[in-house]
Amino acid sequence: MDLKGRVHKFGDDINTDYIISGRYKFKTLDMKELAKHVMEDLDPDFYSKVKEGDFIVGGKNFGCGSSREQAPLAIINAGISAVIAKSFARIFYRNCINTGLPLIECDTDRIDEGDELEIDLHKGVLHNSTKGLDIPITPLPGVMLKILSDGGLVEHFKKYGTFKFD
Amino acid sequence: MGKTIAEKILSSKSGQDAKANDIVIADLDFIMGQDGTSPLAIKAFYEMRGLKVFDPLRIAMVIDHSAPSPLEGVSELHRQMREFAQKQGINFYDIGDGVCHQLLPEQGHVVPGDLVIGADSHTCTYGAINVFSTGVGSTDLAAGIISGKLWFKVPETFKFVLNGKLPPGVFSKDLILYLIGDVTADGATYMAAEYTGETIEELSVEARFTISNMAVEMGAKCGLMAADEKAINWVRKHSRRDFEPVKADPDAVYAKVKEYDVSNLEPQVAKPHTVDNVSPIGEVLGIPVQQGVIGTCTNGRLEDLRIAAQILKGRKIHKNCRLIVAPSSRQVMLEAIKEGVLEILVRAGAAVVTPGCGPCVGTHNGVPSDGENVISTANRNFKGRMGNNRAFIYLGSPATVAASMLTGKITDPREFFV
Repeated sequence: MDLKGRVHKFGDDINTDYIISGRYKFKTLDMKELAKHVMEDLDPDFYSKVKEGDFIVGGKNFGCGSSREQAPLAIINAGISAVIAKSFARIFYRNCINTGLPLIECDTDRIDEGDELEIDLHKGVLHNSTKGLDIPITPLPGVMLKILSDGGLVEHFKKYGTFKFD
Repeated sequence: MGKTIAEKILSSKSGQDAKANDIVIADLDFIMGQDGTSPLAIKAFYEMRGLKVFDPLRIAMVIDHSAPSPLEGVSELHRQMREFAQKQGINFYDIGDGVCHQLLPEQGHVVPGDLVIGADSHTCTYGAINVFSTGVGSTDLAAGIISGKLWFKVPETFKFVLNGKLPPGVFSKDLILYLIGDVTADGATYMAAEYTGETIEELSVEARFTISNMAVEMGAKCGLMAADEKAINWVRKHSRRDFEPVKADPDAVYAKVKEYDVSNLEPQVAKPHTVDNVSPIGEVLGIPVQQGVIGTCTNGRLEDLRIAAQILKGRKIHKNCRLIVAPSSRQVMLEAIKEGVLEILVRAGAAVVTPGCGPCVGTHNGVPSDGENVISTANRNFKGRMGNNRAFIYLGSPATVAASMLTGKITDPREFFV
């Protein structure tokens, strides 16, 4: 899986209320509509700035807060191809894998707003082309790679009818 | 080598010798979804080609986040939930029944030693009665109700040893805010928290729920406590299910252990806009507040309402303030009516709303205006949390909220407990 795009950089402890506010998420299951409000409380113009394939980059504890799966779904529907952070909150982490949004854990201090990145998920390589740097990434455990490569947990269940990891 | 509570419960439910960092597929004892997460789960259930849930009696859906519905779109999602619940024969709690995390223990669905998932981050609440319960998203919920199973990474455990008795006017809410401030919002990420020690033993089971409820605010997967006699009696009063409490082995291996003496703890307040931005009350005294909220899955129980009533009895809230009270369930509300607690609160000037989550989660029932300060017994104060990203939310105990409502500014409640 090769990913290529531009960076939208955020700080530490980005919570799911910032990703998609409770004001919107209870109203509809239309993720295209919710996507317009992604990150709105931190950057009102965020949605209009994103180009298909771009990355969200955060600091530590990205996705803390509620269990709303609307958070990764709204991110996906905004055109973001992966979220990169120093660490993730666990429910958000599971929700990303389950909805098929790749997550990358690595040191994000050397990634800045607007940088161009290239990522090879299977080889586990992140290249910052703007800065000419390779940044090591923490490989995903097998179970998660399996769900991700099936296209998320819905597709996994469609295929196997239950959990199947061996 | 001994095991933690988390390792023991996940071993018994997966049928394998599970140690921290193993990945297991385990059988679920109970599964819950609320109205913010169930509609997506129902959609995923059908997309996964689900026909029947694995066991309707082990599943509950609860309408509490927008109850009653403030909007047409929400009404449609509620309709989908009612239809699904009826078709599948699962437990269903409609508007006015209460907040999911009050209902599951109160209605006897969860008992010590259980493995429970809920599509709500505060599912960790039942750790107070020795349940490994954790929040998941909607797709996990769908997979759970189809298969009765879920995969888990067995968490390492962060043990909190709490010594000493809380002083008068200082409550379990102050204690958990203090701990979150100390270890920060990601201090226990990916870990199970275990709360032990004489402080916990002294607390009522209701007060313990407040602590486990907020385990997720330090990043934890669950907030476990051992089941002592008090907890066992509480569960027997609420449930007819058999159960076997799970204790940590004396030689269990912990990723971290921290010890605290709470005998001099002061009331604590979390300041905007993060839960770990905690100060002792002395540093925030006098900050004006326009709205108070007493309720939520953190502090909407009978004991919490009684504490507020003790302060507000025969008094009136400040003219610049409004106080919203949301009892955490119908049963709590009925008991509070019977005891006269609600009458005291209403006479003092409180607006009582339907048992539910609205005022905490910003769906309705008290959205603050620009620039206003709110003091709330809830568990989150993120920017925009209550529905307005230009308002400021402070978190404290029911006593701190009640005392602050009398003066219109953040007030130390200890003077009411001498």
